[in-house]
Amino acid sequence: MAAPLRVRRQLPTSPWLFAAPGLLIAGAFVLYPFVSTLVNSFTDRRTLLPGRFVGLANFRELLHDDMFWTGLRNSVLYVLVVVPALVVLPLLLALLVRRNIPGITFFRSAFYTPVVASIVVVGLIWVWLLDERGLVNSVLETVGIGRIGFLSDQWLLLFSAMAVTVWKGLGYYMVIYLAALANVPRELHEAAAVDGAGPVRRFLSVTVPAVRSTMVLVAALSSVAAFKVFSEVYLMAGPSGGPAGEDTTLVMLVQRTGTGLTGRVGYASALSVVVFAVTVVLMLLVLRADRKEEA
Amino acid sequence: MSVLEKVRPERPAATVREPRVTDDDGRRVRPGELLWRYLLLLAVLALTTGPFLWQLATSLKGPTEDIYSSPPRLLPAHPTLHNYARVADTIPVWDYALNSLKVAAANVVTNCVGSALAGYALARLRYRGRRVTTLVFVLAMLVPVEGIVIAQFTTMRELGLNNTLIGVVLPGAVGAMNVLLMRGAFRALPYEIEEAAYVDGANVWQRFLRVALPSVKGTLAVVAIFAFMGAWDDFLWPLIVLSDPSKFTLTIGLNYLHGTFANDERLVAAGTVIAVAPLIALFACLQRYFFRGVGEGAVKG
Repeated sequence: MAAPLRVRRQLPTSPWLFAAPGLLIAGAFVLYPFVSTLVNSFTDRRTLLPGRFVGLANFRELLHDDMFWTGLRNSVLYVLVVVPALVVLPLLLALLVRRNIPGITFFRSAFYTPVVASIVVVGLIWVWLLDERGLVNSVLETVGIGRIGFLSDQWLLLFSAMAVTVWKGLGYYMVIYLAALANVPRELHEAAAVDGAGPVRRFLSVTVPAVRSTMVLVAALSSVAAFKVFSEVYLMAGPSGGPAGEDTTLVMLVQRTGTGLTGRVGYASALSVVVFAVTVVLMLLVLRADRKEEA
Repeated sequence: MSVLEKVRPERPAATVREPRVTDDDGRRVRPGELLWRYLLLLAVLALTTGPFLWQLATSLKGPTEDIYSSPPRLLPAHPTLHNYARVADTIPVWDYALNSLKVAAANVVTNCVGSALAGYALARLRYRGRRVTTLVFVLAMLVPVEGIVIAQFTTMRELGLNNTLIGVVLPGAVGAMNVLLMRGAFRALPYEIEEAAYVDGANVWQRFLRVALPSVKGTLAVVAIFAFMGAWDDFLWPLIVLSDPSKFTLTIGLNYLHGTFANDERLVAAGTVIAVAPLIALFACLQRYFFRGVGEGAVKG
């Protein structure tokens, strides 16, 4: 690569040579697929058949597809449950690990382990923990509560998957909050303490306002991620999405309808367009909430 | 973006050597409060690492041992590595690990090279079309992968690369996010160093390789770590692009193991330990880079 070009000035082509690998990958495997998703959503393309233009037929079909509404409901529900938990709990965790007491480095790293582990590993661990005969149920039985079918009931299954998402995300957002907390001026805390504010009061009137923009960032990141959830539910509920497919999420539906030899690429693309649209709306909502509070 | 380079999460300090425990401001932490903190820390520790330990314990339990006992027993009565041998008999788990390793290594190389090159062009070279190039990467970063996997799959089919490991690597080969990270790192460098090299007659490639690149090693390490982790952990894309079991990566192989042999938890547990152990080891060695990288990435994101 270190071809010794004996020129003092940069060649006009050099910048493009530098950018070429990145541009090629981004263009061919991100932007082109994005455009072709939009185009395909107006066709009846299948995996092995080129499609014809069908206008809005795919979108009209979506409106009458029960599975679509199930997927949309589950994905929206996911956001509503997971996001508040991921905005609040990692902040509390960051406050807990922020002080440099002996051994804190170990705790910080240990709390980050679920983030490092593959979602497949995490999914399979929790399937085993929440199994009818798994650890959680053994404990519940030992203390006299009795066994609970976490993975067989439609709603319990979905909430279990949400709990796993929160569990895996805690460490990640904790680190983001740690970065934000490092920038909170200590004088504010001291002033509040002098004014007689207790820990809870100081948390609500000093810490929370100081990290508010980070909370918005966490809300934005986690809501987009939660809406597009795939792996946790896929692993815990199985490819068909739990009992009668009632736990299917939108991205699971995209994967199921769009792949395989008979995959309906056009229809799956229309579903993907809905995923894009809701993602954009979610981002706008979060940003708007941010602006409103500021005003 | 260069400002963000300076935003660092609090660095874990070296062990406090004074007899009294003090906080960052040098104030003493009261023993009662300290006790509560440690109790809470231990509770969270059990919650975050307990499941991994339970999985490890299950994988070490022998075929005659009751893994469903109530009350549960953490420690295996007769620890054995038998289950690890049995996983390898059931699925070619070491081949899958090798596939994952190939994919992850390729992803590290392509991301480091590609994003350093592009990041340098964006940060340091003046040319027509630089704004457009930046815009391409920003847009690419914003496109949600989950929405384009089907089109990525058809693109791979058209290129004849579906069901190959190259096909697994390509879409994420140069992550747009990494390009922007490198751009930020290069921008933070003072211009004087490169000017000196320029005056000495160094051309653009020499300035890039000998002057600029050695100064951004930290960010490059972050890119490498995240590229490795991302590729090793990825599930949705390999699941879609790979159909031939002999080409499976570890994550897809595990899902397959789980689906086929769901009855024997010991096997699945052994498989997950094989998949997660290298990453935890890697993480333990490089955790300071991790924390810096996540903090930076978050603020940049």
